Amino acid sequence: MLEKLLILLFASNVLAQVCMPDAPEAYKVRLSIKTALGDQAYTWNDNELYLFRATLAFAMRNYLSGQLFDVSNILVCNETERVSFWFMVKSVTNPTTLIEKQHVENAIKESRHRINSAFLLTDQTLEFLGILPTLASPFVPATPPWLIAFGVVMGVVGAGIVYFLVAAVVQRKRKKTLDEEEEAKGATENEIAGENLDGIYNTSFSDDEKVTEM
Amino acid sequence: MVSEDECADHTMSGEAKDSEERPKWDNKVQYLLTCIGFAVGLGNVWRFPYLCQVYGGGAFLIPYAIALVFEGLPLLYLELAIGQRLRAGSVGVWTSISPYMGGLGVASLFVSFLVGLFYNMILAWILWYFFHSFQSPLPWTDCPLNSNHTGYIPACEDSTPVNYFWYRETLNISANIETSGGLQWWLVLCLASAWCLVYICFIRGIETIGKAIYVTVTFPYLVLTIFLIEALTLPGADDGLVYLFTPNWETLKNPQVWLDAATQIFFSLSLAFGGLIAFSSYNPQKNNCESDALIVGCVNSFTSLYASIPIFAILGFLANENYIDCQNSNILTLTNAFNIGDENITRQNYEEWFEHLNFSDPSKVESLQLKTCDLQTFLDQSASGTGLAFIVFTEAVIKMPGSQVWSVLFFVMLFMLGLSSMFGNLEGVLTPLLDLQVIPSWIPKELLTGLICLTSFGVGLIFTLGSGNYWLEIFNSYVGSLPLLIIAFFEIISVVYIYGIKRFIEDIEWMTGKRPNLFWRINWCVISPLMLLIVFLAYVFVESETTVTYQVWNPDYVHFPMADVLHYPEWVAAICILLSVFPVLSIPLVALYNFIIYLKTYIQNRQH
Repeated sequence: MLEKLLILLFASNVLAQVCMPDAPEAYKVRLSIKTALGDQAYTWNDNELYLFRATLAFAMRNYLSGQLFDVSNILVCNETERVSFWFMVKSVTNPTTLIEKQHVENAIKESRHRINSAFLLTDQTLEFLGILPTLASPFVPATPPWLIAFGVVMGVVGAGIVYFLVAAVVQRKRKKTLDEEEEAKGATENEIAGENLDGIYNTSFSDDEKVTEM
Repeated sequence: MVSEDECADHTMSGEAKDSEERPKWDNKVQYLLTCIGFAVGLGNVWRFPYLCQVYGGGAFLIPYAIALVFEGLPLLYLELAIGQRLRAGSVGVWTSISPYMGGLGVASLFVSFLVGLFYNMILAWILWYFFHSFQSPLPWTDCPLNSNHTGYIPACEDSTPVNYFWYRETLNISANIETSGGLQWWLVLCLASAWCLVYICFIRGIETIGKAIYVTVTFPYLVLTIFLIEALTLPGADDGLVYLFTPNWETLKNPQVWLDAATQIFFSLSLAFGGLIAFSSYNPQKNNCESDALIVGCVNSFTSLYASIPIFAILGFLANENYIDCQNSNILTLTNAFNIGDENITRQNYEEWFEHLNFSDPSKVESLQLKTCDLQTFLDQSASGTGLAFIVFTEAVIKMPGSQVWSVLFFVMLFMLGLSSMFGNLEGVLTPLLDLQVIPSWIPKELLTGLICLTSFGVGLIFTLGSGNYWLEIFNSYVGSLPLLIIAFFEIISVVYIYGIKRFIEDIEWMTGKRPNLFWRINWCVISPLMLLIVFLAYVFVESETTVTYQVWNPDYVHFPMADVLHYPEWVAAICILLSVFPVLSIPLVALYNFIIYLKTYIQNRQH
């Protein structure tokens, strides 16, 4: 009876150290190397996997400072052709237990950029299923660009309107002074030749008719 | 000749002053370009291609051509001739034909004013998009992030970034027409700048318009050509063109097609606004208005056709892109589910892979819920009006290389097309006002045009509300349709039966030097009025059949991003009816008023 218990305990410990997909502490990783790099894609092999485990260990070290994670703490299983696999992280202090998901997630979020760069991939091509990438906030300039365009257009239009209005006012003033001069002149001119130099517009002979009908 | 002259300038008051002071065109080209600019507008770009697509491509051209020849051209010729002959705007012309018909001019005045209100709002939207085209990436490319930067705003996630930018960031549309949503300050700014741009061109009437149209009318053709060349190089363009021009003769059996062709040609030529009458009134009387009418009508139709080609090439390109995206998402789903090597499944070998996987594990494939990708479905997604310009086209532009350039060109083109049409609308307001002589002569023209623009801007602020787009749809459907048909019908009856077809033909002979032939006479007397009457009755019948509903964009709707369909509340329905009836009310009212005066004088004469 006791032996059975011991065997069970031992088995569970061993199991705890064996990577399993869908385990509560496991994450699935998916790489799309060809999509990201096209012709310059490298082939995925054990060495690349070793690098991955090392990068993860690096991330864990950064997050849980003091604990010296090693490649052997990162367990990997279920590799597929897709290039996807599951991994779990063994604790340094207690080799039989696994690091909780939340800690792993935080560690990866902190060092996400470094992990991506190690593999020349991006957030979209190196996916940790369940860990949403923090989206880069778009660059927001101090003045919205559209207001600048608006300001330019309105400035030009405003200047044009002012020009037209001023021209109209000037023209009207000029016409007024001309009319006044004409009135003053008109009294004397009529005496001279009885002929108004400007002439009276005779509508019967308006320029509108180009063809004279007989 | 002198006696004929006197006879010709009959009931016009202040004739001598008129021929001195009446402004005139610098040259014939200016006049033609202005009329073409008025006729060619946004509808040529975003309504005609849509109708072509929906009604079986090449087959639609047949009812369209028939409507042009038997309805469009005769009415156009009539308006240009009567304006040129009587040398007045719409009010002056109809009053001089018969005082009882003076209401026609007033009706045209009101319709021009009301249409100008909402038309400039569309120009304001175009300006907004134009101002936003100077950014990289274009702001409608991506969804904005939510407050804690973990994802996108849900309303944008569910629909598309382009939809979100139009409905939320541009319109900030409210959930229904009752919720006014307050004035949206950015739209007020854009509307103000649109009116300023219109004002600066319109400030001295045709004097300044005549200079502006050299640019605003020719530039769109340049842009259309550039788009044509670019669009034809895009992948998938040929799918769009084939789709556009493949005739589907079955559609000709549907009476709706004929109705739409007739209404399209009518609204496209901008008849019954009074603007064309105003423009031709500034012509010298001895001018060949028959060739003018033919030129304007044919150029308008040619522009519609010419614009459909790049539009459809680009829509074909977009459909192609969406089709490829659909296939790629299916490929990715399969690749991830079955852990197949990255990029082993391509669009070319997709079918084989799919069969193989379906054969080996059908239940798993089914659980993936792959989308059906059909190019035809994407091509069928047609849009017209603002949907085409601000949603579909903007989506296409972000997929084209050099998006900012195409975006700027496109919106400048749309703005100029709309601007030249606005000139006609405003002339349809200005000239009758001057004819009515209600304006004291000490008010300079610049001030009058400024007041017109300012008033229109003030009233047009309705469209800058959160519910503004819904109001614009109402104005567009109820002001810009039925009243025009009624006015046009009475126009042709007035000229042919009240003024007299004989007198009219003699006038034309005097103006152009030759009698209009039998074709025109039959059209004016019989065919065109009959067509107008049938179109009017069919239009009323069709409209009354459809229940008065409208679509809303409401992110809280259960089936969002589908549009929710709501009924107009009672007070809104009342406003709709008012908008249709009010402009044409002046026709019977003025006739009644003149009849009462006539009765009065008759009774007074009887007493003596």
